[in-house]
Amino acid sequence: MHNFDYHRPSSLDDAVAALGKGEDASLVAGGMTLIPTMKQRLAAPSDLVDLGGIADLVGIKDDGDSVTIGAMTTHAAVAASSAVPPSLAALAGNIGDAQVRNRGTIGGSVANNDPTACYPSACLALGATIVTNAREIPADDFFTGMFETALEESEIIKAVRFPKPEAGNYQKFENPASRYALVGVFVAKTKDGVRVAVTGAGNDGVFRAGDIEQALSANFSPDAVDSSSIPVDSLNGDIHASAEYRQHLIGVMARRAVAAING
Amino acid sequence: MSDTGIGASVKRKEDQRFLTGRGNYTDDIDRPNQTYAYILRSPMAHARIKGLNIDAAKAAPGVLAVFTGADTAGLGGIPCGWGVNNKDGSPMNEPKHPVLAEGKVRHVGDPVALVVAETYAQAKDAAEAIEMDLEELPAVVNMEKAIAGSGPQVHDDAPSNLCYDWELGDEAEVDGAFKDAAHVVSIDITNNRLVPNAMEPRAAIGEFDKATGEYTLYTTSQNPHVIRLLMGAFVLQLPEHKLRVVAPDVGGGFGSKIYHYAEEAMVTWAAPRVGRPIKWVAERAESFISDAHGRDHITHADLALDKEGKFLGLKVYTKANMGAYLSTFSTCVPTYLHSTLLAGVYTTPKIYSEVKAIFTNTVPVDAYRGAGRPEATYLLERLVSKAAWELGMDQVEIRRKNFIPKDAFPYQTPVALQYDSGDYDATLDKALELADYAGFPARKAEAAKRGKLRGIGFSTYVEACGIAPSAVVGSLGARAGLFESANVRVHPTGSVSIFTGSHSHGQGHETTFAQLVSDTLGIPLENVDIVHGDTNKVAFGMGTYGSRSLAVGGEAIMKALGKVTDKAKKIAAHIMEASEADIEFKDGKFTVSGTDKEMAFGEIALAAYVPHNFPHDQLEPGLEEQAFYDPMNFTFPGGCHICEVEVDPDTGVVEVVNMTAADDVGRVINPMIVEGQIHGGLAQGIGQALLEQCIYDEDGQLVTGSYMDYCMPRADNLPDFKAATTETLCAHNSLGVKGCGEVGAIGSPPSVINAVIDALRERGVTDISMPATPQKVWQALRAAEMPAAAE
Repeated sequence: MHNFDYHRPSSLDDAVAALGKGEDASLVAGGMTLIPTMKQRLAAPSDLVDLGGIADLVGIKDDGDSVTIGAMTTHAAVAASSAVPPSLAALAGNIGDAQVRNRGTIGGSVANNDPTACYPSACLALGATIVTNAREIPADDFFTGMFETALEESEIIKAVRFPKPEAGNYQKFENPASRYALVGVFVAKTKDGVRVAVTGAGNDGVFRAGDIEQALSANFSPDAVDSSSIPVDSLNGDIHASAEYRQHLIGVMARRAVAAING
Repeated sequence: MSDTGIGASVKRKEDQRFLTGRGNYTDDIDRPNQTYAYILRSPMAHARIKGLNIDAAKAAPGVLAVFTGADTAGLGGIPCGWGVNNKDGSPMNEPKHPVLAEGKVRHVGDPVALVVAETYAQAKDAAEAIEMDLEELPAVVNMEKAIAGSGPQVHDDAPSNLCYDWELGDEAEVDGAFKDAAHVVSIDITNNRLVPNAMEPRAAIGEFDKATGEYTLYTTSQNPHVIRLLMGAFVLQLPEHKLRVVAPDVGGGFGSKIYHYAEEAMVTWAAPRVGRPIKWVAERAESFISDAHGRDHITHADLALDKEGKFLGLKVYTKANMGAYLSTFSTCVPTYLHSTLLAGVYTTPKIYSEVKAIFTNTVPVDAYRGAGRPEATYLLERLVSKAAWELGMDQVEIRRKNFIPKDAFPYQTPVALQYDSGDYDATLDKALELADYAGFPARKAEAAKRGKLRGIGFSTYVEACGIAPSAVVGSLGARAGLFESANVRVHPTGSVSIFTGSHSHGQGHETTFAQLVSDTLGIPLENVDIVHGDTNKVAFGMGTYGSRSLAVGGEAIMKALGKVTDKAKKIAAHIMEASEADIEFKDGKFTVSGTDKEMAFGEIALAAYVPHNFPHDQLEPGLEEQAFYDPMNFTFPGGCHICEVEVDPDTGVVEVVNMTAADDVGRVINPMIVEGQIHGGLAQGIGQALLEQCIYDEDGQLVTGSYMDYCMPRADNLPDFKAATTETLCAHNSLGVKGCGEVGAIGSPPSVINAVIDALRERGVTDISMPATPQKVWQALRAAEMPAAAE
């Protein structure tokens, strides 16, 4: 790890200021991706601005029709919350291992937009809104590509607001080695209809599976799911799974999610 | 049986310090005024070093020295410990393995420069300032391409990248056996390359004492005396009495810490040049590209059978990847540790084996838990199961029909080894009972209702361990003897220190060896200390590998203990004024037969050191004895592993639902430790069968260079093991012990793959390679469904 200057502001304004001052400053939330990357010298920010000192960013608020989760809320806290939709709590409870769940945060995960992370699929499927210090961004507009988001420089996520779905379920097929999502499918019945989001598979990051959504809107049963229309060339292939295998797994995971919802 | 003697499940003495963080590993050792080393390694698999500019690195903050191959070119190469001859009797190709790269780099991770600085971070920063001018050369990773003759050459002095082309047996004679065969079953298999992944990364500290001229190397080794010999005599030309090698607590080896590595020579050689101790600790990513890898064989084999399913002959053609350089024992693994085991537990009368060892632009490959024997077992047990399926025979029946019967021992195999004892029906029977083989059809039917494909797989195996008789290994090309030494020092108050040449890096020697002493001398376990891992404390030692510690090191201790009790009897006879022949020693007491005279062991010990009235012409003071033990033969543990899996046909996921191991490891000293060793071995075997695979791309870049891509087995990949032992005693050692360290890793992989194939057979799948990953299983199922799509 290269040397860096460390800042721990206690307010968002101070964080923005610290971020602006550094030559190549970076925010750090739980640090579950950034710290290992820095240790491998693949990232070398001049300044680290730690959001862990901003109390306002932590906590889960039940708004009735929706739930708002502070950006610095850990996966473990989300998993343990009764205010959070059960499908979302279950997703959080199966991220990484206990250490990661106690350090990693929803804001960090969403801002990083790792193409194999779990949370982005929940944001898309549940129609979440990403609340920043500058604006509110619908999830459909937020995830713009692999490790890329709509966040501007010095824009900081404050919270993620999830409308409560009628029902939802997330099925993850884990990469055997890393245990990240090789394919993760979140199926939700929302007031705007059925939404299906896929993580781990797309070569442009998380995406909605439109054909599956349409089929399930007409007939919400496992038999209706067919992933074969998802173009193979839009999917990742690596040593663990070819694009064809991922295409197949999207169907299997979606069917299992629907079956779980139907009980 | 006493509660601390032979056969007792004593809790491990060493675990208190390990589990409470009080172990003393190499990285825990900090020497006064210590400096830190970082090793700059090649990012390319094959390149010519056109220039190295180290000026900026030398001037960087905190830097004390920067060394390159130009500085170390006068040193000897890292030696190979075992010579293997070609079919025509000529010696193998043995290119120099330099301490730091000279002229060329030959694999990703090949050391290029050693940077020594006040801190590790400074050394690493400075290394980034070294300008490496590398001219990339075409690399070769694939063994078939490497020996094709027209492609890249790893070494100029090894044409077609061939290290050796070796054979065992008479091919023409075995061909004769095939002429009479009713059936010939053939198989092509790959034994997947593995990365050892000991929990503790390798580390080394080099130190030089100007006052005494003595060098000290602290290192993560399974055999410090072997390192002293290899590094001292062959690389640095340092005499033994001026070179101390310490291998303190070591966190796992699995073979990967047997070998002498260049980093050990670098820090030892550089210490006097820097004038201060130098510490190097591998980062995990560095372990992946610098620890010797394991396995990596490609094999074609043909088995001839008569119409009843009796084996008539076996021909085996293997290509073994050596990597870019020859690691210490790399050359004997595919030959003397693999081909000599191809009889397995069967009476196959004619066997031929050919092995081509091949250089590639990859990390050197060497012994890894089992070393050659897992490769032989995997080949044989896959082939035997395939034969049963092709001939329509039961998996148990084909094995029983061909077993070496228990009354046939000692049994001379056609591939050099003579098995001393065994009872393969007994382990098979035990395993069948534990696995509830009779209930399998019902379990399979129940699984089918849940949409799962259930399969059962067998492996009946024997292995050769307790490596081994110096005379035998010497005749086969070993450049070392393979005995063991022990010293028993009885202190004046009756406590005992044992100095053993074996080395514990997870095996529990401090407990098992102490049990031998407690049992023999009748003293409490806490009165016994086991000292190992320091060439200045232990007289000599060949170390721990090949499941040899108890069968060789333990026997050396027993031999020295015998000398101690002989001497103690002389002392007892003198003090109790009796004839030596009348002294009996039992339960820690010396008695004079026919009288009520007795003395405790502790009293004799004290008398030995307070010899006020000893007849010095007949009886020396003191009570300390040394023994060297060189066994008559290898030992031959064996057994039966039965694996049951369920395959999810939707995803290809394989779940091991039952894993049964019935092993004959000879006499068991500590059943709990033996079971732990078997569990660990099974975990590694299942890891190889289902999860682990080291993959290089065509350019020689390591694709699986971290745990993000290299899949280690975790607890939730494993079932609750059913492990049991049966016992036939080793016929040629006093304890009757055989060894248990590797049986789990040797026996289990074919049982897992046979179970997967058994599960998939109903869908038309007849072959699957290790590791049977979800993707691979899914692809096999799909290809069987749509034969055209498989093309």
